[in-house]
Amino acid sequence: MSTLTYAVHDSATMLRRNLKHAIRYPAVGLGSAMLPILMLLLFVYAFGDSIGAGMGGGRAAYLEYLTPGVIIMGVAAGSMSTSIAICSDMTEGIINRFRTMDITRASFMTGHVLGSVVQTMACAVLVVGVALALGFRSGATPLEWLAAAGLLTAVAFAVTWLSAGFGLISKTVESASNKPLLIQFLPFLGSAFVPADSMSPGLRWFAEHQPFTPMTETLRGLLSGTPVGNAWWISLTWCAAIALTGYLWSRHLFTKGPAH
Amino acid sequence: MGSVVMPTSRRGGGDDRPPAAITTTGLRKAYGDKTVLDGIDLRIPAGSVFALLGPNGAGKTTTVNILSTLVPADGGRAEVAGHDVAAAPDRVRAAIGVTGQFAALDDLLTAEENLLLMADLLRLGKREGRARTQELLERFGIADVAGRRAALFSGGMRRRLDLAMTLVGDPRVIFLDEPTTGLDPRSRRTMWETVRELVAGGTTVFLTTQYLEEADQLADRIAVLDGGRIVAEGTADELKARIPGSHVRLRFTAPADYERAATVFPDATRDDEQLALRVAGDGGLDALRALLDRLDGAGAHAAGFSVHTPDLDDVFLALTGEGAKETQR
Repeated sequence: MSTLTYAVHDSATMLRRNLKHAIRYPAVGLGSAMLPILMLLLFVYAFGDSIGAGMGGGRAAYLEYLTPGVIIMGVAAGSMSTSIAICSDMTEGIINRFRTMDITRASFMTGHVLGSVVQTMACAVLVVGVALALGFRSGATPLEWLAAAGLLTAVAFAVTWLSAGFGLISKTVESASNKPLLIQFLPFLGSAFVPADSMSPGLRWFAEHQPFTPMTETLRGLLSGTPVGNAWWISLTWCAAIALTGYLWSRHLFTKGPAH
Repeated sequence: MGSVVMPTSRRGGGDDRPPAAITTTGLRKAYGDKTVLDGIDLRIPAGSVFALLGPNGAGKTTTVNILSTLVPADGGRAEVAGHDVAAAPDRVRAAIGVTGQFAALDDLLTAEENLLLMADLLRLGKREGRARTQELLERFGIADVAGRRAALFSGGMRRRLDLAMTLVGDPRVIFLDEPTTGLDPRSRRTMWETVRELVAGGTTVFLTTQYLEEADQLADRIAVLDGGRIVAEGTADELKARIPGSHVRLRFTAPADYERAATVFPDATRDDEQLALRVAGDGGLDALRALLDRLDGAGAHAAGFSVHTPDLDDVFLALTGEGAKETQR
């Protein structure tokens, strides 16, 4: 076997381990799907009428506006659960066992990241299911759905690498679960729940320039047919930048040695 | 180890010691301004058990961490299984197994899944991995709980599963960092049995312990580590002989014999009540023979004698800690 096949083999083994964890203890995975689903219910039923009216429609119109934003928020939140899983491994003895075995160094992180992406996408499917049950209707073609799935995978992949870094710098599982809150909160300060132009000038500037806004706009365009403009390539550039930063940062932290 | 095999001598240069599994020269490590290892030299022959003995904080775990490629040394060289730990860590990793102080298990997986995970990471192949897993489950007496989550195991069972995981790859050199700390006496004996079996199979075992009995029971050679330095090295008996306190106790029945002997050994400690003399000496055969000859020469008839050797506890206390520092430096 070559170095590359070793890397693929070891990463696949680590991925299987993480998926086994996720299937056996679905509480963590389902927990990260609960947040966006609750947000969806809360905003549609509690605020839907008034916000919808303010936007010139009703509750149904707001559901159509809100769903893509909640999906993005769910993907961001779900991706952050990696930091808990990685930190928990780092605080246990198992990481030292992996480090003293002749396995591809990167496979531990790759396994976690890929496992988390799979889990996050499953959550996204769940959120879409709930939105459809609430009456969300999309005019998207299969190709647009496929593009949406691709965008969400890219977002999940990028945020997960960042999350991996948070997991590595955290000394305890508790702090690992707190650090990502900021990123989970970011979609609120964008166009996920209300249009950015309804915000105060300072917040509006931030909303228009933060990464989750073009991501939300792109998904909204794909699912609801609103104009996408240049949001799609801004989104993908953000994803690439976040993924690369997260990857280099985590790799640096992981190869630096045991932090615990 | 690169010496040419000579027809007359196996290793050339007249060195016919067995090949070393682990060698270190001048190994150093500091964390910040705290020196943990201050120049460690070791040579551990293949197929032997070596015990690194020392109190908490002596640097035992740091030594294991460096030799098992977990942390880099600040200075010096270390070779494990013929490979330099700094230059070829992957080669070293392929040859070693490590059971650390804290169980390195996946708590969310069952015992069987933990072993299969190791087999997969060692790229053993499906069938071989299953066979090896089954074999180890039975050997370590955990076959009946193979389907139970590791988190539910008792301390002794966790340690056994941990060691079983270390053995999946059949490593040539095994590091056991305080393998029996916190175990009940029975689990401790089981662990000792396992170590003996491993060595009988040709494996080299490097173990750290703070239990003198454990080192005495298992190790071919013992090094006492204190404050980042090896303060003594040798077999258990050699170490016991090294510290003062070995003596021969001579007992007499007739007071006349006792008095005659006392004049022959004026430095001996007298016990007038018991008619016994305490003569300093290491209890070696030659020393003993000389001692008895002197008694005979003086015509002092002894009723009996006994040799008293200090146990490892005496050695340990004499060599480590604050008291030792004053006498050594």
